[in-house]
Amino acid sequence: MHGIHDLGGMHGFGSVAKEPDEPVFHARWESRVLGMVYQVVGYGWANIDAFRHGIERTPPVDYLTLGYYGRWRASLERILVERGVLAPGDVAARAAGATVPATPLPASPTAVEYGFERRLDAPPRFRVGDAVRARVTSAAGHTRLPRYVAGRRGVVASMHAAYVFPDTNAHGRGEDPQYLYNVRFGAAELWGAGAEPGMSLRIDLFEPYLEPVA
Amino acid sequence: MSDHHDGHDHDHDPIARRNALRAEALESLLIERGIVDPALIDAVVARFEQDIGPLNGSKLVARAWIDPEFRTRLIADPWAAAEELALATGPERTPIVVLENTAATHNVVVCTLCSCYPSSLLGLPPTWYKSPPYRSRVVREPRAVLREMGLDLPADTEVRVWDSSAEVRYMILPARPAGTDGWSEDRLATLVTRDALIGVARPEVSARG
Repeated sequence: MHGIHDLGGMHGFGSVAKEPDEPVFHARWESRVLGMVYQVVGYGWANIDAFRHGIERTPPVDYLTLGYYGRWRASLERILVERGVLAPGDVAARAAGATVPATPLPASPTAVEYGFERRLDAPPRFRVGDAVRARVTSAAGHTRLPRYVAGRRGVVASMHAAYVFPDTNAHGRGEDPQYLYNVRFGAAELWGAGAEPGMSLRIDLFEPYLEPVA
Repeated sequence: MSDHHDGHDHDHDPIARRNALRAEALESLLIERGIVDPALIDAVVARFEQDIGPLNGSKLVARAWIDPEFRTRLIADPWAAAEELALATGPERTPIVVLENTAATHNVVVCTLCSCYPSSLLGLPPTWYKSPPYRSRVVREPRAVLREMGLDLPADTEVRVWDSSAEVRYMILPARPAGTDGWSEDRLATLVTRDALIGVARPEVSARG
């Protein structure tokens, strides 16, 4: 999806603010949210791709103002309502001190073993050194193909293994494992004639994101 | 502008207040419904507050600087290298690629789509790494961003930006700075900061040593 999370290349966010001696968490609630996410994802209520897609669906203004763990919290609420663990309004009601009626819970999911690497029998479509183009897409679902590389030409720099495909896994459409490639893009290809000199980009892209360049 | 609402100034910031209230409400509901166990939340928090942090990376790098064979093993299998040093790590063994920075090539890591980071090895990422300014800019103007962050790279150093967009994670193996001959491994480790492991800083010996 072309969401606010897809930040690569955008202008206007100002300078990077480093915080000296930054604590691991800035408030207790942040650490509680992290711990909840580890369990909700670990126990299979939502896989990591569905959780990320939940973050991406945070309305753009909220995305930029809630902060990192605030976005996690919003995604947790969204996903658990979608899974039927929470009814809409439950969290707001509890936060306001109102009574929250018990909800009959859906069946517990199966806990998933951590790890996303898979074996594929089919050979990979591309080889190191191949010229490729990142596909242009406007699908509304989850993807790990950022806008700033879409339509740009690159070269396969190295091969990874095959991995669970986030674009299907986020939506409950199965793991559909795909080969993963590390692709190099030149500065001018991404940013035009005014690109910063002496830089290049490397990014991990799944096979369905790529098409050959003749 | 960016991610500075994370819990600062709790009583006066309505967003931080709302995050705190709703997180607390969410936790109490999920405990009631048997979805989360508060003791397991405590355990994950303790892991990141006490056990796992950038010091793991500092130790790996310092050993690699003094032991070329370990350096080879670190690049071949970072998790096995971490085991060799008996480092505390998380159970999530995401594949990690170690990138060597040299005078000729400087690597720097980002995740433009979220904030992917080798957390089970290096701990949680800093706020700036998760912030829109870093994520939006470092893929487009890495030299400018690095300069602002205090690292002015020579014009003849090639900059490679790594956008960790899938389940592979990246860690930088910085170059050993000059002026450290004969230093002990522990002393070398003090030079390797979290920022150097991401590639926005280089280990340096200060003028006063």
